[in-house]
Amino acid sequence: MDSITTSTLCIGGIGLVSAAALAIADKFLTVPEDPRLAKVLELLPGANCGGCGFAGCADYAKAMVLKGVETNLCAPAGSASAKAIAVLLGLDAGRNPERRVALVLCCGDFTEAVRRSKYNGIAECAAAQAVAGGDKGCTYGCLGYASCVRVCPVQAIRLEKGIAQVNKHRCISCGKCVATCPRKLIKLVPYKAEIHVLCSNPEKGPVVKKVCGTGCIGCKMCAKLAPEAITMDGFLAKVDYTKELKNPELIVKCPGKCIRSA
Amino acid sequence: MNTEKSNFTFKGGIHPEYFKALTSEVALRKIEPPQYLFVPMQQHLGAPAKILVKPGDEVKRNQRIGEQNGHVSSAVHAPLSGKVSALTTVPTANGRLAPAVIIELNGNEESEKYEPFKEWQSASEKEMLARIAEAGVVGMGGAGFPTQVKLSPPAGKKIDTLIINGAECEPYLTADHRMMVEHAAEIHIGIEILRNVLGARNVRLAIEDNKPDAIQAMEKALQKMTGDVAVSVLKTSYPQGAEKQQIFSVTGREVPCGGLPMDVGCVVENVSTAYAVYDAIINGQPLTHRAVTVTGDAVENPSNLWVPTGTHYHHLIAACGGTLGQATKIIAGGPMMGFAVTGLDIPTTKTSSGLLCLSSHRVPQFASHACISCGRCVEACPMRLIPSELSQFIEAEDIESAERIALLDCVECGSCAYVCPAHRPLVQHFRRGKGVVLVKRAMVGGKK
Repeated sequence: MDSITTSTLCIGGIGLVSAAALAIADKFLTVPEDPRLAKVLELLPGANCGGCGFAGCADYAKAMVLKGVETNLCAPAGSASAKAIAVLLGLDAGRNPERRVALVLCCGDFTEAVRRSKYNGIAECAAAQAVAGGDKGCTYGCLGYASCVRVCPVQAIRLEKGIAQVNKHRCISCGKCVATCPRKLIKLVPYKAEIHVLCSNPEKGPVVKKVCGTGCIGCKMCAKLAPEAITMDGFLAKVDYTKELKNPELIVKCPGKCIRSA
Repeated sequence: MNTEKSNFTFKGGIHPEYFKALTSEVALRKIEPPQYLFVPMQQHLGAPAKILVKPGDEVKRNQRIGEQNGHVSSAVHAPLSGKVSALTTVPTANGRLAPAVIIELNGNEESEKYEPFKEWQSASEKEMLARIAEAGVVGMGGAGFPTQVKLSPPAGKKIDTLIINGAECEPYLTADHRMMVEHAAEIHIGIEILRNVLGARNVRLAIEDNKPDAIQAMEKALQKMTGDVAVSVLKTSYPQGAEKQQIFSVTGREVPCGGLPMDVGCVVENVSTAYAVYDAIINGQPLTHRAVTVTGDAVENPSNLWVPTGTHYHHLIAACGGTLGQATKIIAGGPMMGFAVTGLDIPTTKTSSGLLCLSSHRVPQFASHACISCGRCVEACPMRLIPSELSQFIEAEDIESAERIALLDCVECGSCAYVCPAHRPLVQHFRRGKGVVLVKRAMVGGKK
């Protein structure tokens, strides 16, 4: 036999023997997997964002199938999926929270907010915050070093004029940006809400004015125009998202120019 | 008493330009007090002091206005007499906010009195520790660790060596240097008291060999001390004043990874702390003033000032004739470990050793690059860490791996960043990484 034949036979033989071994192993050593697991996994979005608190979609699916964890923890999948999974597993679907999206509560971009010093260190919000409390004049506003942009699994956040903005149609409400922001500026708000107070500075008006052209000055005008939905927390107006807010004139009337639609 | 030249020194370190000649011959000078003092309640490590006064109260000099709040905490006293005009929060040098008492000074000389210890040699160490705590004495080298806590090591830890830190290795700063030259006799008594309280057998006063006048003054002052006492002359090298490096240079003992000086039988106290202890015990004077070096090439008259705590930085600069042209960068503390500040309405504290105003000539702008693996940071690191690898782990958000190679042992001395040819902001990475680790540990309940 020439060498080609020998090697062909050898490799072929090894292949045959291995195939036989695998076939036997498959028959006798197989671990039965819950067939519902694959189905549940199909109903999850597969973004592996971790917003449910588990290490990715497969882990969450396993927890639901094996441990009966609630089915409504996945914000991206939405309520329809939660119900479908609950039906499939015979679990209670639970109360389905309405869709929430991330919102950056600051609108002081570089045309409006002053910088009090020059910062040329690591371009990361937490690092900038640790150097003398950040280079932005407003010690509550968005620093603009894009830590949230980098952490978003679905690219729903981008920087616009030096502050982070969330595209609410893309947001899957995983909450990663909320945890990343060193100034705790990002909040999850109802998707349906349209009017927001985009400022987080609780100081008095003159103090805010000194550092930002679009900050809440605590004039209380919005709280008077929409007393049921806007409350004053000291010198900062806050929207109560459990109430409906349908006063588009607020956007024009706010003297601080920080009530905006998003 | 004798003088010994230390035979060895710590590994690594750097030799920056020192610029100490700007102020090393300038005698300490009392400043004209400002109109208002903004006395922060967080001048130390640990919990902020609890405010004892309310707006409108008249306070006397040395009156306690902040009460020790917990084990690791310290009392705060009014440096001068006046009226409390408001309670507020003030920014501190590290960028955080601290509760504070604003005192409008009235120039009244009246003072709250603490009974001085006439016969301190016969007083019990408990009494003296209580007085030190009452006087709000904290470590004045920078960290501000409450002195009474440091002086009462847990049972089972035997302290045999007291090291008094007069190294002052930070460039520019000369506050401790002037204290040693001008207040050698007082520091000597402070050292005697500290030795008694600790029951330490050996005392070493560590001074770098670039301060011959301080060495001479202290040698003279300590002449009469009995027992194993020595002035230990150390090589001039940064960070010779860092606790762990100094213990090695003076005694040859190495503090274990994650350990404390008391694990090797040592306690290190700053010379200014020794002075504050003297003041508290002998004069009944709480810690309300300290020496601050105001220097840099952007200051008209660089000086060493004797400053009440709570004085705004702009008042200090004004007391030194103002700035020459524009100060581009202002640093609270020394250039290596100090904090760059964004404003001058920050008050001094018990740990403010200096204020540095630099013009644009001294503040080069760098662009940082990727690590070129040259290993200079590894050679420079006095803690024997691998800064290059640590920083890359932290950049990649792999904080756990950084923790595994002893991120928490970094003392943030800045030697690595000083030598890095790629100008990498190494210490900034480490500070951020350490913050993440500490938050994580606090969340799991302090478990390792």
